[in-house]
Amino acid sequence: MSEGIDAITMPKWGLAMTEGMVAEWHMSSGDRYSRGDEIADIETAKITNALEATKPGLMRRIVVEPDEMVPVGALLAVAAEESVSDEAIDAFVTEFQSNFVPPGTEESSGPVFEHATLSDGRSVRYLRQGTTGGATIVLVHGFGGDLNSWMFNQPALAEQFDVVALDLPGHGGSSKDVGAGDVAAMSQAVAEFLEAIGVRAAHFVGHSLGGACALHLALTSPARVASATLVCPAGLGPDINMEFVAGYIDARRPRQLRPVLELLFHEPGLVSRDMIDDVLKFKRLDGVPEALATIAGAAFAGGRQSHVMTEKLGGLTVPAQAIWGLSDHIVPAPDEAAEFDGLTVHRLEETGHSVHMEAPSKVNALITEFITAASG
Amino acid sequence: MAKKSMRQAINEALASEMRRDPRVVIMGEDISGGMGAPGEDDAWGGPLGVTKGLMPEFGRGRVLDTPITESAFVGAAAGAAASGLRPVAELMFVDFMGVCFDQIFNQAAKFRYMFGGKAVTPLVIRTMFGAGLRAASQHSQCLYPIFTHIPGLKVVIPSSAYEAKGLLIQAIRDDDPVIFFEHKAMYDDEAEVPDEAYTIPFGEANITREGDNVTVVAFGRMVQLANQVADKLAKDGIECTVIDPRTTSPLDEDTILEEVEATGRLVIVDEASPRCNMATDISALVAQRAFGALKAPIRMVTPPHTPVPFAGDLEDLYIPKPEQIEAAIREIAA
Amino acid sequence: MQLNRDDLLKAYRQMKTIRVFEERVHDEFATGDIPGFVHLYAGEEASAVGICLHLNDNDYIASTHRGHGHCIAKGCDVKGMMSEIFGRADGLCGGKGGSMHIADLSRGMMGANGIVGGGPPLVCGAALSAKTLGTGGVAIAFVGDGASNQGTTFEAMNLAKVWDLPAIFVVEDNGYAEATSSSWSVSGDAVKRAAGFDIPAQRVDGHDFFAVNEVAREAIERARSGGGPSVLHVKLNRYFGHFEGDAMTYRAPDETAKLRQEKDCLTLFRGRVSEAGLLEDAQFDEIDRDVDALIDEAVSGARAAPVPGAQDLLTDVYVSY
Repeated sequence: MSEGIDAITMPKWGLAMTEGMVAEWHMSSGDRYSRGDEIADIETAKITNALEATKPGLMRRIVVEPDEMVPVGALLAVAAEESVSDEAIDAFVTEFQSNFVPPGTEESSGPVFEHATLSDGRSVRYLRQGTTGGATIVLVHGFGGDLNSWMFNQPALAEQFDVVALDLPGHGGSSKDVGAGDVAAMSQAVAEFLEAIGVRAAHFVGHSLGGACALHLALTSPARVASATLVCPAGLGPDINMEFVAGYIDARRPRQLRPVLELLFHEPGLVSRDMIDDVLKFKRLDGVPEALATIAGAAFAGGRQSHVMTEKLGGLTVPAQAIWGLSDHIVPAPDEAAEFDGLTVHRLEETGHSVHMEAPSKVNALITEFITAASG
Repeated sequence: MAKKSMRQAINEALASEMRRDPRVVIMGEDISGGMGAPGEDDAWGGPLGVTKGLMPEFGRGRVLDTPITESAFVGAAAGAAASGLRPVAELMFVDFMGVCFDQIFNQAAKFRYMFGGKAVTPLVIRTMFGAGLRAASQHSQCLYPIFTHIPGLKVVIPSSAYEAKGLLIQAIRDDDPVIFFEHKAMYDDEAEVPDEAYTIPFGEANITREGDNVTVVAFGRMVQLANQVADKLAKDGIECTVIDPRTTSPLDEDTILEEVEATGRLVIVDEASPRCNMATDISALVAQRAFGALKAPIRMVTPPHTPVPFAGDLEDLYIPKPEQIEAAIREIAA
Repeated sequence: MQLNRDDLLKAYRQMKTIRVFEERVHDEFATGDIPGFVHLYAGEEASAVGICLHLNDNDYIASTHRGHGHCIAKGCDVKGMMSEIFGRADGLCGGKGGSMHIADLSRGMMGANGIVGGGPPLVCGAALSAKTLGTGGVAIAFVGDGASNQGTTFEAMNLAKVWDLPAIFVVEDNGYAEATSSSWSVSGDAVKRAAGFDIPAQRVDGHDFFAVNEVAREAIERARSGGGPSVLHVKLNRYFGHFEGDAMTYRAPDETAKLRQEKDCLTLFRGRVSEAGLLEDAQFDEIDRDVDALIDEAVSGARAAPVPGAQDLLTDVYVSY
């Protein structure tokens, strides 16, 4: 709107989000900040997370007070250099507010889930967002997750890339038949899914079990994999926290599930009641308990990972990186000393297994840089 | 997940179970409508449109309109359940139990026990209850305590569209007779409801709010009111735990007792008449098993001991209101 | 269907079993060892057996408080029944039902019923199951002249007709609802009432096994072939009181003695069959001996059987809870 003035607005995290509130401001008027700095904590029904600066700036005006529920896109604050007068900022705010139309509920449903059918008739739900013509990224979630796990990543990556997030079999809105339920079977389903939607090769970003799938495909079908980003991946060691896997499967009530989900994060406070309810709702769907048990039995038999690919890394022919939260309680981050052939490992402090949710800006930046370089 | 009304959630539950199991049939007065009449087929889909569209999909053989003879068709549903079908009968208003109760409590409820454990009676009776629609004394009652009193019956009271779908699918898959209470003022209430089938187990209370100061137990539509009040009071520093038991039989006694032991304070919100209702039942439970934990008297928020009045201003006075719930909580929260 | 020798033997054996069972329960009740209420079917045997002879395990019946005869005719285990009446753990219902609730769903016996008029709606359901699941089965509600006045019976007849169900309503009119004569309590009669529902109906002498068997055959064939419900009005008599302990002061002093002498369905059956030269006396006598032995065994077995224990009190309320 106005030159040199940046509107900081209520972000949209995930398709379901229509409104949110500032839980706490981390800066006040006059503070200078860098890219990645936390501007405020935003609380939504689903999750509380930090709103990070996407570029450096100077905070000039806080518009919304804490605890005030505002729609997605609403003006939260204004940033501008000293050269911009207070009057200009006043005018900017006035103009913004008079033009702002909160998204209606229909409008906010915006991008819609699609479904692809595999050769065996199973249905895979996915969400495709982003830039046509950009390199294609496929986001593969982990055990018990779904495509919404990428709510802080997919919209950001979509600004530059063509981003497909899918629900693995047994998860989200996909068919609940997981076949053998092991890493090979899940990887095969991902490969078939990409064929079904006409994607020949893609940059893979896989979290946890999804990371193992990405690595498995990079090793066995390198033609499909332009690059692999493994976020706290399974498949690089035998360790897996069965307290999480079994707890996730067994928990029937919020009080049982909360401590289990807290294992996913460095900061347990990130686990909201809505996040817990969403998981419980997922677990109540027909076929889900069986699907999760099958996967756990196949991929984590006897409390250890069944499909470890560390020895095979030498055969990697595509660019690959790993991003690990140092407080990962599920698949522990490897020691500094550990070396993996052909794999750059980034270790992020004060983040847990869901590092892509806890430090989305850093993870998104690592992915963007890596894919940009790999696309050369 | 899309927002759906409770009407749609119940319709989806019925449709999904009828697709899944050919033994599931539904029956009731005008659940399709227009039988023998010159106008449209599927004219009503139930008096409030809950079963609309099921007859065109499943046919008259599985969507059975009945004459207005509750004894005959509720009894038929019981007999059908004991002989291989999984019927869902709609007792239009629970107030009509008066003309068919024998078939429910002397027949269906007792088959299994009287027959030495050899009978399986997978019967669901869906029924409308509750005040608020100016339907007066014979169409507005909350008679679930009467059914809760009968061994052999299970009693379910969903508090939202989401709960309704999962609990109804559970009810249809359950092998015991289940009375499923639908609050008639909630059919348009919306919630996020998955398209897929899912089940919510019986006897597991839902803690909808967590707080340290006061435990509130509420049923059906009263859960919504209790949640509103809890949200409001949280801003004043009074933190409430709100429990939706979901089923009154079986009743999740453990959750209620645990929460009362944690807060020491209990308010029960029950839209049923105040004598021998769920509020008195739970009060007795807590008095017997958590007496030592109580820091204040138990408070019950219920209607008065009168029939449900017709006139709007009287009915509004009759139904428990958020202000009453708030006052009860504040009174003992100190 | 012409009855063959095996059918006749089976019919006689069942009627005789009912008779001896009931006479024996009468005697055993007098010892004080049978708890609760007992209502005996003696005298009415030709009705239950004449009708149930056409049925198989796919077919359902719902009975009344006077249910022992229907149970035996539908194939319930006689020893299990006797144990149940004595309230024993090995009874057909584990001692939890008793005389008024004997049932065996595996035999299509949906239960005697403590509620007068409780059965007809249930039978609509069993008939609906048969129709929906395509089992080819029929369902029969037995009611007395008392229950013939209950609203549930009329509602069920109407529903059976409206839904076109393979259901049959058998009014066993023994002349008394408890201590009240049906000549006073029943206005009109069952056949005329059925006409009001547009349901075919027949009246039949319930002492005459062959007459009952024949009208039942027509009704059951109609139901099996999709012809909808029927009503049978069976006129008969009971030899004992409404319940055991009923002094029957409302009956004429010599009424039952006379009935036993002139209208005994067993005597009539034996006479007809012997006259026609279809069965020999020796065959009847052999059945009589078998039945006496069976009932002796049933009573001694029941008396020796364990009673249910405290562990049985809380079970069988729900499939799961």
